[in-house]
Amino acid sequence: MLNTYTWPEYPYVQSQDQQSTSPVRHPVIIIGAGLIGLTAALDCARKGIKVIILDDNNTVSVGSRAVCYAKRPLEVWDRLGVADQMVDKGISWNLGKVFFKEDLAYEFNLLAEQGHKMPAMINLQQYYCEQYLVDEVLKHRDLIDLRWRHKLISLTRHEDYTSLLVETPDGVFTVESEWLIACDGANSKVREAVHADFTGQFFHDRFLIADVVMKADFPTERWFWFDPLFHKNQSALLHKQSDDVWRLDFQMGWDADPKEATKPENIVPLIRAMLGDDTEFDLEWVSIYQFACRRIDNFRYGRIIFAGDSAHQVSPFGARGANTGVQDIDNLTWKLKMVMAGDAPDSFLDSYNEERSFAADDNLLNSTRSTDFITPKSKGSRIFRDAVLELSKKYEFARPLVNSGRLSTPTPYVNSSLNSPDEDDFDGGIVPGTNCVDAPITVAGQDGWLLNILGEDFIILVFGDKPRQSEISYGRLSAKVIVIGDQVKDRDGMAAARYDGGKGAVYLIRPDQHVAARWRLFDPDRIAAALARATGQITTGE
Amino acid sequence: MALNLKRNIARPDDFYQELIDMQRDLSEDEAQLMNAKLILILSNHIGDGETLSEAMRLARDTVAGS
Repeated sequence: MLNTYTWPEYPYVQSQDQQSTSPVRHPVIIIGAGLIGLTAALDCARKGIKVIILDDNNTVSVGSRAVCYAKRPLEVWDRLGVADQMVDKGISWNLGKVFFKEDLAYEFNLLAEQGHKMPAMINLQQYYCEQYLVDEVLKHRDLIDLRWRHKLISLTRHEDYTSLLVETPDGVFTVESEWLIACDGANSKVREAVHADFTGQFFHDRFLIADVVMKADFPTERWFWFDPLFHKNQSALLHKQSDDVWRLDFQMGWDADPKEATKPENIVPLIRAMLGDDTEFDLEWVSIYQFACRRIDNFRYGRIIFAGDSAHQVSPFGARGANTGVQDIDNLTWKLKMVMAGDAPDSFLDSYNEERSFAADDNLLNSTRSTDFITPKSKGSRIFRDAVLELSKKYEFARPLVNSGRLSTPTPYVNSSLNSPDEDDFDGGIVPGTNCVDAPITVAGQDGWLLNILGEDFIILVFGDKPRQSEISYGRLSAKVIVIGDQVKDRDGMAAARYDGGKGAVYLIRPDQHVAARWRLFDPDRIAAALARATGQITTGE
Repeated sequence: MALNLKRNIARPDDFYQELIDMQRDLSEDEAQLMNAKLILILSNHIGDGETLSEAMRLARDTVAGS
């Protein structure tokens, strides 16, 4: 048991599905009540979709696990109404220090840009995030049915539904779902059941992570060591979390014996060497892991959709696991809603695989590059790595080459088939396929944030003259016009600057707050065509 | 900027001697570290990605590999 946190125990409740003589079919079942599954449920509920979540456990994440949450997933959680308490509880940090051997190689400041509602990055134990998500889920009992201690045993795929065999404390029962969202992690049972390929690169290295409680006056900074004197030829990381809990990571090498390494008599001296003899600390939690960088061959298998670690696994450097998974859901849910409602063809959902596998590949590339720098695979690469670190102490040019993890930023869907490429001249702004950037605004005299008025539906954001139309439609779909300077005021001029709106601009924005298309002038025909393209209703030509 | 493979060093013997002399008092590992630093310093000076790629390819293609 931890000193700083008590795990909630959620009750198992028997459902009517378990009494039914024939299997009950539901619209959507989510497997896994982790960060991604809970986020998926909240986003579905927000869109009026009824979901059931099945989880084989009855509590939140054991251990701090994912620690860093980046701006974009926080913005998604803000859209779902849960980000404020995460930011309040979390730790914000700006300064990072990189050490090589006994010396400081250099330091960097994240220098968060002003005028965003969400911070660039927070640190928070995963169990807090999950707990806040569960709390929110329980407020939506009309739409979300969260069932603990429901373990998926096997599944059978059918053309328009999936049949699931589920084990509970009351025994085994069968339930059916028209759509299945697999958020059951890196060892996904669902992925195994559909015989998906899950390939990539394994790294022959082990990492030990420990949470310690210490009141010491360490600054709230990220410290990364390459080859420190206290842990020779390896790397180490120190990161602050909430409640005076600090996360320590130690690279252990492939030969480390996981059982031996996690024994307190072996860890405590290592931690003491890192923190100094005078620093008092309590060890809260220890885990050892190895990792792989790999992804599923297709994020969609008919009516089964994969999100989060079940679809992609990355190295921990750069905090790309949970952060990417939340963005999977952001991309998926509005598409699923449209397909379920018959507003878009079934093939539209393939764009989820197109866009998120593109993002996964970008994450895997970044993650693999960090891993190659932190754990060089040959003598030659080790020499280059050390040369970069030594040069970085004195020369600015070498610092960008140091890679202790590139912090997670969203991958723009630059080549997405849903985009309408630029035809007009823009000088910066938000390129089609990219997530919208926040800015401070005023709505009806109240201070607010641009991102809080975007999303959920298609929006046409207009900088410049107010058009005659208040919405543009294509078939059953419509997009509402919001004029900056009319209903909404650009409080500090940041919106116009960030969207290159000074000379007038019209943005078509998707329900996931990504730009689908943009123009200099308001042209209803072009907007309608872009709306059709962004919803998979025109796939070739104009 | 294409990679310049014509002669460009005014005093080749002086340059070569300087390069060798630099490593005369270094161990094998130290010499390799110095070479790595030299590559990084020169690469930054060149900067142009295509030129660097071409140079790397050219160097690699003339090493057999095992």
